[in-house]
Amino acid sequence: MIAVQTINGLQLGILLFLLSSGLTLTFGIMDLINLSHASFYMLGAFVCASLTVLTGSFLLAIVMAVPITAFIAFVVEWSIVGRLYQRDHLDQLLATFGLILVADTLVHWFWGPSGLAVPLPAWLQGQVSLGASLFDPAIVIPTYRLLVLGFGIAVALGLFWLVGYTRTGMLIRAGASNRVMLSALGVNVRLLFTGVFALGSVFAALAGMLIAPVTEASIGMGNDIIITAFVVVIIGGVGSIKGALLAALFIGLVDTFGRAFLDVLLMQIMSSQAAETAAPAISAMLIYLLMAVILVVKPQGLFPPAQR
Amino acid sequence: MTDSRLPTGVALITLILLAGVPLSLYYAGHIFWLDIFTRAVVLAIAAASLNLMLGFAGLASFGHAAYLGIGAYAVGVPAYYETYGGGGMIASYSGWWHLGLALGASALFAAVTGAISLRTRGIHFIMITMAFGQMLFYLLVSIDEYGADDGMTVDLTSQFSHVDLSDPVMLFGICYGSLLLLLLLQYRLKHSHFGRILAAIKQNENRTRALGVNTFYYKLTAYVLAGVICAYAGVLMANFSTFISPGMIEWTRSGELMFMVILGGTAWVFGPVVGAMIFVLLEYFLAGLTVYWHLPFGLLLILTVLLFRGGLGGMLQRIGATRGEGQS
Repeated sequence: MIAVQTINGLQLGILLFLLSSGLTLTFGIMDLINLSHASFYMLGAFVCASLTVLTGSFLLAIVMAVPITAFIAFVVEWSIVGRLYQRDHLDQLLATFGLILVADTLVHWFWGPSGLAVPLPAWLQGQVSLGASLFDPAIVIPTYRLLVLGFGIAVALGLFWLVGYTRTGMLIRAGASNRVMLSALGVNVRLLFTGVFALGSVFAALAGMLIAPVTEASIGMGNDIIITAFVVVIIGGVGSIKGALLAALFIGLVDTFGRAFLDVLLMQIMSSQAAETAAPAISAMLIYLLMAVILVVKPQGLFPPAQR
Repeated sequence: MTDSRLPTGVALITLILLAGVPLSLYYAGHIFWLDIFTRAVVLAIAAASLNLMLGFAGLASFGHAAYLGIGAYAVGVPAYYETYGGGGMIASYSGWWHLGLALGASALFAAVTGAISLRTRGIHFIMITMAFGQMLFYLLVSIDEYGADDGMTVDLTSQFSHVDLSDPVMLFGICYGSLLLLLLLQYRLKHSHFGRILAAIKQNENRTRALGVNTFYYKLTAYVLAGVICAYAGVLMANFSTFISPGMIEWTRSGELMFMVILGGTAWVFGPVVGAMIFVLLEYFLAGLTVYWHLPFGLLLILTVLLFRGGLGGMLQRIGATRGEGQS
């Protein structure tokens, strides 16, 4: 039971990392607060669902959906978001909120009001038995969850390599610490911004594609999880990718364990009836309470990037 | 100084229309319009309370709809217990008790979340207020007894000795009167010592602090005051719609409140009222035209931000200013 929930928590954490890494990058580099991230999460799921039905292959659909969502991100950046970098955060927030409404309605118009399920290929539908462990007789985990976990870790490693060890990554880091200086050195900052926005959006879309076979694609599916991604970004320290990764895994585990085990834990200290009423309420608030506690101790989050 | 006659004139005309149109239509037999305008007035109170933070002190709270929820549940929960038993001493139909509960709970929630979120600034503040709003949302969703995400109906409106809130004209009158009082209070507040300090914080907090002002307490006071007033709007909202659900405090609701304030203009005490009116009328007409009404609505939001800096209030002021120049 504990091992299964750990895998679930890690999987949620990886998804949250895919979402929040884009948020934290766009904020760290462009000083942009971007709610429309939630829409790319949803778009990724819908595009992937349609392509899976069309091509008959889930993996092919993912490969094809990435350039499509990147192109949409490019258009959105070029037409609307690019005009927001110089504005204050409130303007960015409202305009990208407007983008969410537009995206939700367009998806409603194009795909209809009901959700869209994504069929998995047969080899991903099975379950993997990991043998007995210390706590459980035998651990059985859906193959797909393991795939999501592995894929997410690969993408996370790729991102760290990109940001930490390539020339593009050097420019991204330079942009995060001093934009004006970078532009004075002859770097096309505008192009860099477009690239980072598209990269972040593709990450969000990937998260949507990965979750689609589990929950199915639905309108407004990003609007809830985007706030959790915000919590991750705040706890990790706005602008820090390392912080986003650690905070995402932490939040994923805390949220999953809270929902799974809190009632059992509470029964140790109160009557079972009281525990059964209190547990769902507390576990629903758990990550926010955690955020509050962390902010009291460290208002800038756990890993605040160096001052500019 | 710019000429402020034009905005003031627009404000007065709007206020007269806001009362005159629905009441005359109501007595002419078009009962429905009174509903639309009551909703507009209640939302105007909520938006105006948000402006107390946003416009006065530059605090962009994105979780303000939470206070609407606190106010609404402070009506719904005691009434629910009174009807179905349980709840101990909370159970009551009394309007004063509902009000007291709403104001007390909102002040407490605002004081605690404000004390934490006001330690941060800018983008952190926006995200944290948003997260606290969602926290309350998920809390209400998880409580099955209050209908979870389906919400619950308020069977009986808050009871006062001389006032019957189930009478739509009476309810409208109370809402409208509350709005007038609030606007008057805000106008006085804006030109008081407190308001000046908030304006100074909005311009440059470090400098204000260097002058020896404890900016944290001023910001927290504005934060709590805004929350309490919004909870009052929530009490009115529950009595008006007689149905409450966590949906009314989802973060998208907070975004809509924010939109009303920005659309009307933050620099203007009256701005949120214009914003709320336009919002409610737009919502009504667009929703009547097409199921895809969020599309033009979202586009309008984007265009407002990109092209309409300072909202309608700012635009009126600019028109007034150029006119003044022409005359002199």
